[in-house]
Amino acid sequence: MSLKKISKNQPKDFKFSKVNLELVNKIIQNYPKGKEKSAVMPLLYLVQKQHENWIPLEAMKYVGKLLSIPYMKVYEVATFYSMYNLSPVGKYHIQVCTTTPCMIRGAYDLVDVCKKKINENQNHLSKNNICSWTEVECLGACVNSPMMQINEDYYEDLNAKDVEKIIDKIMNNETPVPGSYKGRTNSEPINNRKTLIDNKNA
Amino acid sequence: MLKDEDRIFKNLYSDTGADIDSSIKNGDWQDVKGIFSKGREWIIEEVKSSELRGRGGAGFPTGLKWSFAPKEVGSRPHYLIINADESEPGTCKDRDILRFEPQKLIEGCFYASYAVNANKCYIYIRGEYVNEGKVLQKAINEAYNKKLIGKNASDTGWDLDIYIHYGAGAYICGEETALLESLEGNKGLPRLKPPFPALVGLYGCPTIVNNVETIAVIPTILRKGAKWFSSIGKPKNTGTKIFCISGNVNNPCNVEEEMGIPLKDLIEKHAGGVVGGWENLKAVIPGGSSMPLLPKKICETITMDFDSLIENKSGLGTAGIVVINKDQDIIKCMARIARFYKHESCGQCTPCREGSGWMWRMLERMAKGEASKDEVDMLLDVTKQIEGHTICAFGEGSAWPVQGLLRHFKKEIEKRNNFSPVVDTNKNIPYLVDQHLLEKDNA
Amino acid sequence: MLKVKVNDIDLEVDEGLTVLQACEQAGAEIPRFCYHEKLSIAGNCRMCLVEIEKSPKPVASCAMPVTNGMNIKTNTEFVEKARKGVMEFLLANHPLDCPVCDQGGECDLQDQSMFYGVDKSRYKENKRSVPEKYMGPLIKTQMTRCIHCTRCIRFATEVAGVPELGAIGRGEDMQISTYLEKSMESELSANVIDLCPVGALTSKPYVFEARPWELKKTESIDVMDAVGSNIRIDTYGWEVKRVLPRVNEDINGEWISDKTRYSCDGLKNQRLDTPYIKEDNKFKKSSWDEAYNKIAEKIKNTSSDKIAGFIGDLTNMETSYIAKEFFNQTIKSNNLESRDDNYLVDINNRENYIFNSRLNGIDESDLIVLIGTNPRYEATILNSRIRNAFLKNKCEIYSFGNLGDLTYDYEIIENNTSKLKEILDGASSITKKIENSKKPIFIFGQSFFKLRSSNFLLEGLKKYLLSQNKINENWNPINILSIHASTVGSYDLNIVSGDINSNEVLTKTLNNEFEVIFLIGKDNLKLKKKNEFIIYIGSHGDKGAEFSDVILPGAAYTEQDAHYTNLEGQIQKAYQATYPPGDAKEDWEIFNNLSTYIKRKKIFNTKDNMVSDMLDFIKKKKDNKSLDIHKSFHNEKIITDDLDYYYSNVVSRASKTMMECRSLRNNLKKTGTEG
Ligand SMILES: Cc1cc2nc3c(=O)[nH]c(=O)nc-3n(C[C@H](O)[C@H](O)[C@H](O)COP(=O)(O)O)c2cc1C
Ligand code: SF4
Ligand code: FES
Repeated sequence: MSLKKISKNQPKDFKFSKVNLELVNKIIQNYPKGKEKSAVMPLLYLVQKQHENWIPLEAMKYVGKLLSIPYMKVYEVATFYSMYNLSPVGKYHIQVCTTTPCMIRGAYDLVDVCKKKINENQNHLSKNNICSWTEVECLGACVNSPMMQINEDYYEDLNAKDVEKIIDKIMNNETPVPGSYKGRTNSEPINNRKTLIDNKNA
Repeated sequence: MLKDEDRIFKNLYSDTGADIDSSIKNGDWQDVKGIFSKGREWIIEEVKSSELRGRGGAGFPTGLKWSFAPKEVGSRPHYLIINADESEPGTCKDRDILRFEPQKLIEGCFYASYAVNANKCYIYIRGEYVNEGKVLQKAINEAYNKKLIGKNASDTGWDLDIYIHYGAGAYICGEETALLESLEGNKGLPRLKPPFPALVGLYGCPTIVNNVETIAVIPTILRKGAKWFSSIGKPKNTGTKIFCISGNVNNPCNVEEEMGIPLKDLIEKHAGGVVGGWENLKAVIPGGSSMPLLPKKICETITMDFDSLIENKSGLGTAGIVVINKDQDIIKCMARIARFYKHESCGQCTPCREGSGWMWRMLERMAKGEASKDEVDMLLDVTKQIEGHTICAFGEGSAWPVQGLLRHFKKEIEKRNNFSPVVDTNKNIPYLVDQHLLEKDNA
Repeated sequence: MLKVKVNDIDLEVDEGLTVLQACEQAGAEIPRFCYHEKLSIAGNCRMCLVEIEKSPKPVASCAMPVTNGMNIKTNTEFVEKARKGVMEFLLANHPLDCPVCDQGGECDLQDQSMFYGVDKSRYKENKRSVPEKYMGPLIKTQMTRCIHCTRCIRFATEVAGVPELGAIGRGEDMQISTYLEKSMESELSANVIDLCPVGALTSKPYVFEARPWELKKTESIDVMDAVGSNIRIDTYGWEVKRVLPRVNEDINGEWISDKTRYSCDGLKNQRLDTPYIKEDNKFKKSSWDEAYNKIAEKIKNTSSDKIAGFIGDLTNMETSYIAKEFFNQTIKSNNLESRDDNYLVDINNRENYIFNSRLNGIDESDLIVLIGTNPRYEATILNSRIRNAFLKNKCEIYSFGNLGDLTYDYEIIENNTSKLKEILDGASSITKKIENSKKPIFIFGQSFFKLRSSNFLLEGLKKYLLSQNKINENWNPINILSIHASTVGSYDLNIVSGDINSNEVLTKTLNNEFEVIFLIGKDNLKLKKKNEFIIYIGSHGDKGAEFSDVILPGAAYTEQDAHYTNLEGQIQKAYQATYPPGDAKEDWEIFNNLSTYIKRKKIFNTKDNMVSDMLDFIKKKKDNKSLDIHKSFHNEKIITDDLDYYYSNVVSRASKTMMECRSLRNNLKKTGTEG
């Protein structure tokens, strides 16, 4: 993983919204007294959700102060984990899994569509500034491959056509329906289920 | 084929809903007080004699692990951690437990926490599983509402709180000590062992870490008995297991089957066969990307359990089966896996940090036929220099798949990369030379 | 004791040791990069692999505790192969630019690759290149050379107490960086240069100055504060190229402060290299003869009680001693003074001006009270020991008044003498803690002794601690923290004049009552000069020289053999590393010569005579009856004087490096961008 790019355009200030501050208090209570540091990951995630899908530097400082941990530690955490974006991404951020199980079922066809329809380069915005894409490592849905994640949702059992349609929707600012594009709601063998038949029919 | 009545995860395909009432109807949370009243020792013994081995990859006997937790709680509280980081390529079984069978996991947490004396349990879910986490949180709330967990859980006098903690995209956080670091708010760097987490774990307290599937099968084992569980499968490789079959098969799927089931059965019966027919099979990764692949010949007969796979120089790992057929370029497939490890190395240990990238780059060149013949042996050397020399098992995880490739497909690589070394004439270059300059010379 | 075998040698070792330490005891050397005795164990470089019977994998010896019956092998083929493998990985992405690397010649990687390196690189991929990181004026980075041992990070977080360094990213793209590439806000920062086993972090001021094998190395003592850190001075010709720490576990461990290390360029600037005489308000170069004559004439025409002298902050004991003899014998005056303020010190009892618990005693302490002192700036190394006690013993720390960031947590007590009185009355909020403490430490700063109640409180505290059995034959919790290298030595030589309840010489000086004043390396006198004739003897053209009438160029601390007594009362010898510039002379010689112009007689025949006389004097000095200092209570504020850390003496003021650090720090403060 190459080192994350940190956006040159940084907002001057960051503060949690009132709602999120309440959430922060709740999150901190998940951990023992004196171990508030544990909350750094959920808090960074919260920042990202509040701040258009990316974490500005000021927010790292802010989180550091909130949990009384050195900025450097927050910075380390933010650069270590791949889900934290340190520069702006699209309102719809597409992550295409290209690890071997997905790759052998055509993940790079999906990548080609993204390149064509969004931007030639990963992590760059589409022309209308709505969407960006990136290649990621295994997302843990290999049986439903190839697949991709858009913001929080998984889109599974895809092919290039499906992805074209999905991106078209996004470009129209519509959220496409998540889940399998071959009609299953689970990881059963399509048309070949031999187990738990009674349950199925129940 | 395993009989349906012996399947533990009856709702694996989400036929009946993951809500608590459906779960209870399916048999979860039955006779909790009865089991609880048999006591801590009984639970541990029962799990021991069921011969349940951890489903997280290493296959460590679960009962034995629990018995490492200090018998009495000293000045430091104990913790139970559920490893739901599931990031091993080829694996997606915990996901289905989280979203379709959450009550099994929660009930399992209840017994496990009691067995290891922990009143607090954290479930570490990989950050990408947002929706799965939501389902689980809902299930936890439902269990709280029904007073199955919480203060005086299930009216047994035992207190149990369960919290979810999300990862944020780091495979290494599946390694148990890296997971603890991450949970403490740090980068996920695996810790040096000893001390082991059972004595010095989360926040320096005794901690037991188990995989989702390991814990989720516990209630059924305790209800149906260790005998029942150990009667399924083979000795020391007992019980049922969720297999994930992905890749070039007609019907990729998750399926719960008996341990020791022939690989061919899984592929042919459940997954609808190899795309292009069995004869089109090239190789199978039997246990998630870390496990060395097996060529078709071995796949014909191999059974899927810890020990048979070890015998064949591979491993059951997470039971994530990746089927690769002849339409694929096997070197490219492995190069992509090497890229995964390069991307996910935490970067602490020299061999893993430097070696994972090295292997990947060599494999990429080999896939393109741009390597020289002698480099094939050198690649093996590099894997050997990583293996066993690192803090955590990631080192092995990254080296083994490459070793598997070299073991079974060396000829193929050599055929593609058959020119002799370019630097023949430069043989005695002292190593204290700027590589950049050398490269320019050769170009 | 545990029984272990190392390479078939039977050995008994203490419990709690690591395999690496056990191997060292057996004389088996273990290569390492990440392991460092003074830092926590990272175990990440994997160079220290050894074979242990029954373990199928090689084991990182630095991280593995020894257990009874272990059979360790360090010299097998298995081990060598493993280490060679690790070495190959380390070199794979290393630029191998030794010829242009400042670490060349003292690089662990270079040395160890001689043993474990393969003779030809098999790594054919493009090497990683890592951008340089800005880490301030002291540390130059070449991050491509970094081998990710994390020593620097551990030093910053653990020892320096400024968690400003970290490793960002992960895997092969991991990079060591400060937060947003700011300089490290620590007075110990440059120690990371010594710690870095390769040339990734090198000394910025020393860039390309010299190769280590070209340098002459002299073991000496630092004078930037009163700690007496042990140093090594590396010179090339006349010039001091760099100052490095020497290990002395009881004093500085293996660290030195940035000021100790980097003031040395101040030894080149603003030096006095010839005598000067002021005529018509202008300095004119003169010969020694002219200058001596001028002074002798002036002294002969002045009554001796109108002559005074001051010893400076960096003045060594030889100079102080001969100055004292000069005053007593040659000009028969008692007006020689070493205190630069109204410090009420009872020098008749050594306990009253030294750090009685000793520096290494801090490591054992469980409670520390700071009274009128800011150890971070006044004695950086001592402060790092406090931090160590804070981390290792969970030592509780209190301070009278807020001192800002001390690199550890402390509780603030209102800075009023009445609050201190509560302690001696056994009625303080921390009384219980003191009583429960096994080895408490009370540190009085120099500022404290300006208080009128200072001796009342000091004596009262002693009484109280005695009654609590906190003062006993094994432990003395009373500590005075001197700021200057010369202070304790001057007190040992009795260089305190007149009535002890005020600094009479100083008062008279400031009232312009003297006619002739000797400033012996003294630069911080706040005198409004009238008709005084001032003679400055010293190394730098600083404040003292400016308003003098005759300047006699002396030697800096690196230019003469001399003794210093550090704040804990330990006398140490600093060795001459180079010689004074131009016509400048060693200070003692100046007095000796001057004496011949006044009395036609040298004070001492040789330097050796003088030194043995001086050591005799110290040996004979016994604790006397306490001086009659007034001891009464007053309600006063305990103020800790600010110390301008990078600007505190003539050498650091002449140092460009220190100037740069100072302006950077001041800017940070001004703009409030603290991190
Ligand atoms: C690199 C690495 C990644 C791992 N990832 C996972 C994982 O994603 N999920 C998991 O349950 N165990 C994972 N493990 C195994 C855990 O370290 C640990 O053995 C397991 O959680 C123990 O649970 P079990 O005994 O129930 O199997 C991983 C191990 C390594 C070395
Ligand atoms: S083996 Fe790799 S992943 Fe594991 S601790 Fe070492 S560097 Fe990190
Ligand atoms: S010295 Fe032991 S791993 Fe680095």
